[in-house]
Amino acid sequence: MELFWYIVLMTMLTIYVILDGYDFGAGIIHLFFAKTEKDKKAITNAIGPFWDANEVWLIAVGGVLFFAFPTLYASSFSGFYLPLMMILWLLIFRAIGLELRGQIKNRMWEAIWDKAFGIASLLLALFFGIALGNIVRGVNLGMVTDGVSTHEPHFFFLPLWNSSFSPHAEHLGVIDWFTLILGLVGVVSLAIHGANWIIFKTNSDLNPKLKKVIFNLNFVLLALVIISLSTWHIIDPNPFRNFMEHPWLIIFPLMTFTGLLGLFKVKAFKRDGLGFLFSTLFLLGGLASTVASIFPKVLPSTNNVNPSLTLYNVAAHEYGLSVGVYWFVIAALLVGIYMFVQYRVFRGKLDDVGYGEH
Amino acid sequence: MEDMLFYDRMQFAFTITFHYLFPQLTMGLSLMIVYFKWRFLRTKIDKYNDAAKFWMKIFALNFAMGVVTGIPMEFQFGTNWAKFSELTGGIIGQTLAMEGMFSFFLESSFLGLFLFGEKLMGQKLHFLTGFLVFLGSWASGYLIIATHSWMQYPVGYEILENGKFVLNNFGALFSNPWLMPAFLHNQMGSVITSSFVVASIGAFYLLNNKHSEFGKLFVKTGVIFGLISSILVAFPTGDWAAKNVATHQPVTFAAMEGIFETEDGGAEIILIGQPDVGNKKLDNKIAVPNVLSFLTYQRWDAEIKGLNEFDESVYPTNIPGLYYSYHIMVGLGTIFIGLLLIASIQLFRKKLYATKWVLWALMFMLPFPYIANTAGWYTAELGRQPWLVYNLLRTADGISPTVSSGNTLFTLLGFIGLYALLGLLFIMLAVKIINKGPETSKHI
Ligand code: HDD
Ligand code: HEM
Ligand code: HEM
Repeated sequence: MELFWYIVLMTMLTIYVILDGYDFGAGIIHLFFAKTEKDKKAITNAIGPFWDANEVWLIAVGGVLFFAFPTLYASSFSGFYLPLMMILWLLIFRAIGLELRGQIKNRMWEAIWDKAFGIASLLLALFFGIALGNIVRGVNLGMVTDGVSTHEPHFFFLPLWNSSFSPHAEHLGVIDWFTLILGLVGVVSLAIHGANWIIFKTNSDLNPKLKKVIFNLNFVLLALVIISLSTWHIIDPNPFRNFMEHPWLIIFPLMTFTGLLGLFKVKAFKRDGLGFLFSTLFLLGGLASTVASIFPKVLPSTNNVNPSLTLYNVAAHEYGLSVGVYWFVIAALLVGIYMFVQYRVFRGKLDDVGYGEH
Repeated sequence: MEDMLFYDRMQFAFTITFHYLFPQLTMGLSLMIVYFKWRFLRTKIDKYNDAAKFWMKIFALNFAMGVVTGIPMEFQFGTNWAKFSELTGGIIGQTLAMEGMFSFFLESSFLGLFLFGEKLMGQKLHFLTGFLVFLGSWASGYLIIATHSWMQYPVGYEILENGKFVLNNFGALFSNPWLMPAFLHNQMGSVITSSFVVASIGAFYLLNNKHSEFGKLFVKTGVIFGLISSILVAFPTGDWAAKNVATHQPVTFAAMEGIFETEDGGAEIILIGQPDVGNKKLDNKIAVPNVLSFLTYQRWDAEIKGLNEFDESVYPTNIPGLYYSYHIMVGLGTIFIGLLLIASIQLFRKKLYATKWVLWALMFMLPFPYIANTAGWYTAELGRQPWLVYNLLRTADGISPTVSSGNTLFTLLGFIGLYALLGLLFIMLAVKIINKGPETSKHI
């Protein structure tokens, strides 16, 4: 039962990253590359009818985490208190940037909310990458000092950074050089993903330029991926253990690289949706590989006093998990139907949906 | 530790109070927009569709505020109430996760269609998407109140040796006797809010001689919806909610009503008075004998336990706050019924649009349903203190063990600043939409 909910949760998280990821990416592109009013309209139109529903995946991930793995929810949300609050505030700025911009026709007003939307999207991509880095690296569970736990073994608290920015310090911070690399992977990969979405959903004048942007950013992404892979063993001495034991898992890293390498051909793509497919493959493979490499841990412990949190020691009780399956299956079917309707009505190019004109 | 608890509570109270300002309008207004849309489909008179479109603008703005302030609520159980989440997550996580899966997806998927899809879909489907948004928002209210009801009156659970609450009866969460009264009462409260918002903006147009056609429609619709919902909020739903408190939380009930002494031959109902908890008495009291006994038990001489019957260790932590919130809610409810009765009589006599003082009164009523709803929630929440889960888990035992008070104060201040900005922006933009007024279209 735990395993079922674990797979559900990871699937939902991946869907969230892929969906809201293109919104963040569109925001990053908006920040750096949208110059004319027409470009900006094209970008906001491309995500206009979707971003709100995409964000619900985050809420749903939070809800399912709370219900199926309450100990993990309690431990990680209180431990990562500060970064989560920042994420909340950034989500607020992104949303009001999108919603309020069109309400008043005034250059200054529009400029403020454009920046709010763009910068918030950039920082969100960075923070989510850093978050992934933290989960891979692990935390000082029980807040052990000098070999003694100062709190219950599953609780911890991380400040934003420590003075050395090192992932090896006894008292870790959320941001260190390792997590920062993953943060940058987040920014670059989502920027590419967002650009692909814009190309897919609009006929904007930006599209040819975006293909070049994707092509160039792809080199940066490749470099970042290589750096993070080659530093991984500093964090975890044996990162490929699960892949050795279960060779079929190799499919995930293969997906990542197919996605990454495929995008080098972006300029030659005939169909506009193809690029988006490849960046989706990259994100899907990347997340799945990361999760597979730490399985069954969900939050590794960096001390040897307290054990890591695994999906088995943080789950809710059997009965609750079993009854949950009934309503969850119904709800998931409904969500599938809603998404089908939504993407069907807003199929094709969205240049003239008129988002932000109410 | 004390500081910590204080800041955690302040942050939760502040953020949830602010959040709830928006959903109450969302839930009520979606019902009224669906009504306008339905009238349009039936009569084909453009006025109704234009009215729906106008309110959709306010709705969209309000909804966005509800969403951005709602997400912090979902996160805060884990960030600030980690111990509580760990111990009860297996239970209240059920209803909260269901809320996300069943209602937020429904609302947000169809809201986009509702706001941008009128041209793409045609009128019938557009009505349907509006209805689904309404359904989603009410489902959301239902599931969140199911969560709240479990905290007030825990059911279907078992406590393990390690202190964890585990679910042993899923159905019980929904047959909880606390749930139905609280839900229906709360929904009526939110319809009151939307009715007054609609009526007061209608009155504003009439008094200014602007958009008079719409002014009349808004005042009429608001007054009728308002009268029905304000009667329903008091009876049967408010009465029913009060009986629940009297049965399951008698000490809270005594504090809410301001009853310090058990009286022989029936309890009086307090209209005005200031509680003096130190000396266990009520100053400057105005009361009507025996009415409370009758309202609660339908017998004039029924006994109602006063606070003197309970040990001080089980007293609600803030008796005056509880007493005032309750009396503000009930007092405003009475005023609403009175004003709306007068307005309805004038409407029936076809004199309402010319009765200036009633229009002024309706216009100035705008903030009061918000106050009444907030007071209602303070009654519920202060009444539950010092417990998070009534009689089982103390508030002080629910907070996050590792987050320092400095960090909580930091985020509390951050929320105050950010929400002040949000509130200002909301008011500014709402005023702009209202000033511009509804637009008349000749054909769709
Ligand atoms: C416009 C809003 C409004 C108005 C006029 C009233 N209420 Fe109310 N009341 C609410 C809005 C509300 C609320 C915000 O919806 C609450 C908070 C929790 C809940 O479920 O509903 C609530 C809670 C609440 C509670 C506490 C339930 C609990 O502890 O969970 C009681 C006993 C009453 N109400 C009773 C009344 C009575 C007897 C009223 C008579 C006129 C009344 N309310 C008017
Ligand atoms: C709009 C509705 C609500 C309002 C206005 C509200 C108001 C409040 C207030 C004022 C407090 C602080 C009480 C105190 O410090 O004495 C509080 C606390 C709390 N409420 Fe609510 N509440 C609402 C809905 C809910 C719901 C639906 C839940 C549960 C799902 C909930 C759970 C809590 C928790 C966990 C606390 C913190 C502990 C405490 O201090 O009581 N609240 N709320
Ligand atoms: C602590 C308790 C609460 C939590 C965790 C919470 C959570 C949320 C979240 C995450 C959203 C955004 C949903 C979206 O993206 O569409 C939201 C919106 C909403 N909430 Fe709350 N909420 C709480 C209290 C309440 C209460 C007490 C009510 C009503 C009784 C309520 C009713 C709604 C409704 C109707 C919406 C959607 C409409 C809108 O955004 O205005 N919520 N809430």
